[in-house]
Order: sequence, then C-alpha cells, then structure tokens
Amino acid sequence: MAEHFEFAVIGAGPAGLAAAALAAQTGVAAVVLDEQPTLGGQIYRSIEQSPLSDSNILGDDYRIGEGLVWAFRASGARHLGGTDVWMVGTDRGIGLASDGKARIVTADRILIAVGSQERAVPFPGWTLPGVMTAGAGQILLKSAAVVPSDGVVLAGTGPLLFLIAAQYVRAGVSLKAVLDMTPRANYVRAAPYLPAALTAGNYIGKGLSYMREIRKAGVAVTGAVRDLRAVGGERLEAVTYSAAGRRHRIDTGLLMVHFGVIPNTSLSRSIGIDHEWDARQVCWRPRTDEWGNTSVDGIAVAGDCAGIWGAQAAAHAGRLAALEAARALGRIDTAERDGQAAPDRAFLRRDRRVRPFLEVLYSPESCLDAELEDDVLVCRCEEITAGQVRQAAQLGCMGPNQVKAFLRAGMGPCQGRQCGDTVARLTARAGGKSMAEVGFLRPRPPIKPISIETLAKIEEAAAAMPDIEQA
Amino acid sequence: MTRTFDTIVIGGGLHGCSAALHLAMRGQQVLVIEKNTVGRHASGVNAGGVRRLMRHPAEIPLAQASRELWQDIEGLVDDSCGFHSTAHVKAAENDKDIRILEERQRLVRDLGFEHEEMIDRAEVRRLVPAIAPHIVGGLVCRGDGFANPFRTTKAFRTKAESLGVTFREFTRVTALDRQADKWAAVTTDGVYQAPILVNCAGAWADVIAGWLGETVPLQPVGLMMIVTARVPHFNDPVVGLASRALSFKQTEHGSVLIGGALRTTADRDRETTRLDYARLARSGRTVSDVFPDLREIPVVRFWAGIEAYMPDEIPVIGPSRTSPGVFHAFGFSGHGFQLGPIVGRILAELASGAGSNLRLEPFDIGRFSGDEARPSSQGSTM
Repeated sequence: MAEHFEFAVIGAGPAGLAAAALAAQTGVAAVVLDEQPTLGGQIYRSIEQSPLSDSNILGDDYRIGEGLVWAFRASGARHLGGTDVWMVGTDRGIGLASDGKARIVTADRILIAVGSQERAVPFPGWTLPGVMTAGAGQILLKSAAVVPSDGVVLAGTGPLLFLIAAQYVRAGVSLKAVLDMTPRANYVRAAPYLPAALTAGNYIGKGLSYMREIRKAGVAVTGAVRDLRAVGGERLEAVTYSAAGRRHRIDTGLLMVHFGVIPNTSLSRSIGIDHEWDARQVCWRPRTDEWGNTSVDGIAVAGDCAGIWGAQAAAHAGRLAALEAARALGRIDTAERDGQAAPDRAFLRRDRRVRPFLEVLYSPESCLDAELEDDVLVCRCEEITAGQVRQAAQLGCMGPNQVKAFLRAGMGPCQGRQCGDTVARLTARAGGKSMAEVGFLRPRPPIKPISIETLAKIEEAAAAMPDIEQA
Repeated sequence: MTRTFDTIVIGGGLHGCSAALHLAMRGQQVLVIEKNTVGRHASGVNAGGVRRLMRHPAEIPLAQASRELWQDIEGLVDDSCGFHSTAHVKAAENDKDIRILEERQRLVRDLGFEHEEMIDRAEVRRLVPAIAPHIVGGLVCRGDGFANPFRTTKAFRTKAESLGVTFREFTRVTALDRQADKWAAVTTDGVYQAPILVNCAGAWADVIAGWLGETVPLQPVGLMMIVTARVPHFNDPVVGLASRALSFKQTEHGSVLIGGALRTTADRDRETTRLDYARLARSGRTVSDVFPDLREIPVVRFWAGIEAYMPDEIPVIGPSRTSPGVFHAFGFSGHGFQLGPIVGRILAELASGAGSNLRLEPFDIGRFSGDEARPSSQGSTM
C-alpha cells in the first residue's frame, strides 16, 4: 500500500506552518513537506538556526516567523524536511524524493503553500555572470551569511528592493548605488490608493524607514531609472542606465536586480488547476474561493502562491485553508469553521488595503514594456533569444506552449519558471493579443528534476497506485 | 457563408498537413480543419523516430518510399525538420534475443529487402559506445534516424500555406453532409464544401468514419516519453531492445528521449492523458541496465501524447468503402511519424484520381467489417 496522509501541506513557509498547526489542533493528521531541511520557507529561512551573528539584520518581521515555528512545533503536526515534491496528480497522488529515493504517496487533502518567486525581467546583459536576483542574494545572506565585499549595485522596483538594501546596509555591505526603476508617474497613479493603504498596518511607515535607513548610511539612491544594461565581456564589468535625461555608468562586479515577486505556480499549473491572469499583479494565479479551494477537488492553495499578499496575510490564508480542510475532513462543521475564521478574515480584509497602492506604485509594466533587442536571451536553459521567439510568433506560434514545442524555450530543467511569462509577452505582442489570451506554459512532471536512478527506484507501491491525471 | 474548396482535410497533424501540401503541389485549393492547434497531439509530441527497422511487412514499401522523401526533406518543405540520418539499432541482451532478431532479418530478406542487418557485439559497441557490456549483438538499419516532430509538422504546414492551403485552427467539424456532388463540412466556424474529404483526424478519426457508416475499432492511447536534461553529445543512433520496451535517443540539443510504446490511458474528450508512474519507473530501470553511465542524469519532463491504435497496429490508409470522394489515413499505432511524407503523397494521388503505385490493400478500412480484431502484429514502436 502506498503511504497515505490525511492532510499534506506542501511548503514550510508562513502559510504552510500556520495551516498545519491549526489543522493539527482540530485533530487532523497534518504533515508538512518541504525541500529545505529546516522550517520557515524562503521568507523565514533558517529561522531556527540563523547563522547571522546579529539577527537584527533581518528585521522584526523575521521574528514573527519564530512564533509560527513555535506554534507548529507545539501542534503535533509532522515535518518531512529535505523532501522534494516532484509531482501532484488530480487524484491527490504526491511524488516525493529524498536522499535519492522516490516514492508516491496519497493524501485525502492537499494544501499547496509554495510561496512566491522573483519575477524574471530580461534586459541587455542580464545573463552575464555577476548579475543575480536580489532574492538569490538574500538567500545567501540568510543561510550562509555571505556578504559581498567589493560593493554591490541594486536595481529594479518593488518594496523588497528597499528591504534588501536596508538589510545589506545593516550587514555592512558596501552599496554603490540603488537604482530605483519606479517611474515618477506611478507615484501620481498610486496616490489615490494611499489613504486606504495607511489603514492596513504599518507597511508604508516601514517602507519609508527602510529608505531613511539607506539614505542615512550614505547610499546613493537614483529614482526614475530606465534602460538598465549590464555591460561586460566574460562577466559583469559595469552597469549603465538612463536617469535625469542622460546615460550613466557605474563600474561594478555585482548587480542585484529585483522586479517584485509573483506566485510560484509551477506545481498548480502542472496539475491542471484553473488559473487566471491578474492584471494588477501582472501574473497568473490559481482561481480560488476565499478558503483557497481550487478547481481540483481536495487541492487548495494558500499564501503567496495564490496571489501576492505578503507573509502576514499568508499565515492567515493558511489558517482559512486549514479550517476548510478540517471541515472537509469532518472535524468541524461549517458554523465552527466560519466562527473560527472570523478574526483571520478580518485581518485579511484590513491587510489587503495596502495592495492597490503597492500594486500601482510598483507595477512592473514599465520595465516589461521595453522592446527587447533580438539578441537578448529569454530562455537561459535552452539559450533562446527574444528575436527567435518573435520569429516563431511570426511563423504562427500563437502562445508559449507552441513556442516551447517549436523552439524548446521552457523545456529545460526550470520548465519555464524564468522565461514563461516573457515568452508569452513576446507572442502576445507579436499577435496583438492579451496575456490572458495567449495563456501560460504547462509545466510537466517532474516539476523538480529526479535522476534516472531515482525514477528507476520508485517503490513498488506505485504499481498499486491509480494513474495520476495530467492535462 | 459557405466556402468551397477542392479538398477538405480534417485534422492538422503531420498526415493532414502532408496531404494538404501534396494536394496543393498538384494545384488543388485545400482547407485543413483542426479542432485544436496544428500538431497539438501525436504529431507534435511523438519521439521523432524516422525508422524503417522492424516495420510491419505491409509497411516496409511505404517506409522505403517515405525514406526517399526524408532524404531530401528540405527540398520538399524548405526546412531540415531537424532530421538526422544515423541508424536505428535493436540490441540483443542474450542469445534468445539474437535468435529473435535473426528470424526477423530472415523474414525481411525473404520479402526482398536488404535494409535490416545483423551486427555483432563489437559493431553495436562501435555504434553505441555507451551501451552496457551485456549486449551481445543487434539488428541495425543504417540511414534511419530522427527528426524534431513539432518542427516537422510546422514545416509541412508552413510550406502548404505558402502554396495557398487554408488552415482553420480551433475549429471543430460537427457533422458531414452530402449535397449533390459535394461534401459539406459543418463546423463551429460555418459550413465548408468540397468534392473530396480527407480524414486525418488521428485519435478522433473513428468518429468521422462513424458518421459515414464505417465502424472501426480505433483505440485512443496515451504514449509516454521521458526527457532528461541536456548532456554532452555521446550517442548518435536510436537504440531499442529486442525484448524489452525501449526507445532511446540523444537529440541534437543534448537531451535524452526515452520512450518505446509506453502506453497509458487517454481521455480524448478532455484531450488529456494520465501518466503511469509504475511503467515510467520500469523504463527508468531499463535505461539504468542498458546505459549504466546515465543513472545520475536528471529527468526533467514526462509527457504523453494521444495516439490512435488499431487492433492490428497498422494504419487505415485508402478510400472510404461507403462514401464517394472520402479518403482515410489514421490509426498509425505509434509509428506514423516516418510515414508522414509518403502518406500525404498517397492521399494526394488517391484524391486526384491517379491511384497509388504502392500496395494499400493491407490498410483497407474494410478489413475490420464483419469480424473482430486480428491479433497484434510484430510491428514495434520507436
């Protein structure tokens, strides 16, 4: 018999931890599956054993994560760390791999809580060694306390840009410049949403404090930056950009870029769950009800993988999904669910008031609007350029899945996590269509690579499994 | 508004696109109606094997004729289709396998063909250096190879369009109607007329045939493939095994494609397939045994396409037995890709009244009427 879980939660970030803990409290046997050996997800990575000498570097928010971990530890929910989820099927089979061994388990109910990923925005030179995403830099900082010694340029847009800058300043990193690519016009467009945003919690105040901290440290912040370019031969040598009506150049060996985060939907898309294009967040997200239920029975989503609402909202959304799981599994009735959910729903209603402001202010559209030069790489895995994608679109490829079949863009190990939306945007533009019309890449299992040998060792239990449905 | 063509092709797979191209080359006005997008199912996502080795005896003349077209595929469609002429090898893992392959070679020679050749252990190793030491010999067809299936289907479509063929995608034929000397195809996008209909509807072709009163035991089947990450070039031929399911090739991009008639269930109404992980795991074990050096390379993708199988695992090719001006080509049972170029030409010949000089009796749709399915043949899939 295949191993069976009552409630499988994929992801040990705020949504997953809160969901598993609350479900366990209602008597549901909950297990959290996560690729990392430790709890916390990306946002609270290594929270139980942060190697940073002074965890103040990471800020107060990081401490909220500690509370989630304690509640999880106390709840009796299980944790299977170091476990890759490489497949989920519509009949709730789950492919797991750990220590080079794969197995397929089943669950009565699944919650996908895999968080967000950074938005990949190609620009000239973005694939040069020495250019990395700010998130990748942040992960290094959190888990290994790696501090670049000879100075960093940080560029892009979004609230996380200034958080990262502040963290680097606290860690003693030399920041040569922060290049804020938020257009001035966005401030005007966002202004009407500010009053509501101010009632959501102290987000705006925090954002302003990061900016003050950066300026106080003497870091040069340039606003309304356009036409970012990474320059170099074998690796990055300099960054050039336009600001205040002329071109500028900064010599640097390390450029960190950040263009906001989008839901991590590789898994939900691979299952065939219905998704919708969110024009405000400029991303695809699974279509859900308030409890995180998706179009596939028994599979729910919560946290940033269902739409970018932030870490605190993720924990509350995780609780809603847990209450719905407890109801579906017969532990509580609908009235109990609704009663217990009231504080979480109230929190989310209030918390979400900040989003319209942030979404308009930090809209990535201006960064995505630039007409990519033909030779800019779009798909790094298969080395496909913007020019090739445009040509494929002119030859009649109507969307990213056809470009994938034609050019192999999105066929590499990342399965289009990085290039999928860019390819879709290029084909949409060539065909005069919207993103919603051209659709999204369908990733195929395994959504995380497993070796031939691991595949060969899928335990015999799998033979007794029902087939796993894939669109 | 009704529009009129010389021929309407139902189904925008490789065979439909090839038929349209060959008809257009003969000066016909052709419409291709496709319910999804061109090359969406078996034509776009098959393993891309261009193979004569181990063909059903009835298919050998067609495969030989198609090989001639593949040799100058760029001359036909203005694109290389990613075609690489290398070899297909069926490897023997033991003496019993050797006897199976020797018998196969005799059968082919008795039919008057020379393209399949027994080779010894050393020659297998020369052709496939990465193969495991327990391989004792094999059967080879030199000049077989592989191509990029979606690119190939697209190339046929693009060339056909350049010769004036009209393609209607996301358009479904909902009924057929005979009016005077013309067929009317009622579709989700209006009515189209033509004196000739060509049924290349793949895993949906029996529905079309059924409307014409021709019941065929077509079974929609999912065929699974395993794809690895790109690795440095190490292998040229396509490799199979005499008595285990395997089709193994390294593509020009470096990834390894593993298949071999890995059948699974398909739901053709929803256009979905299900992955059978037990069978995929078995394939993983086969590859581990035969290519031990590859055990560590990562699998990045499983996929399955929807293909039409006939009980005798050879296709239906030829005129309808009930309806004038209708020609069928479907049910290729997992090995239609190599035949695409020639089957299009055959259909164009039949549709223009010329007739084909290739023997089509074994593929007659009438073979299913009145009796139950024949036992499965020795045809194999690569």
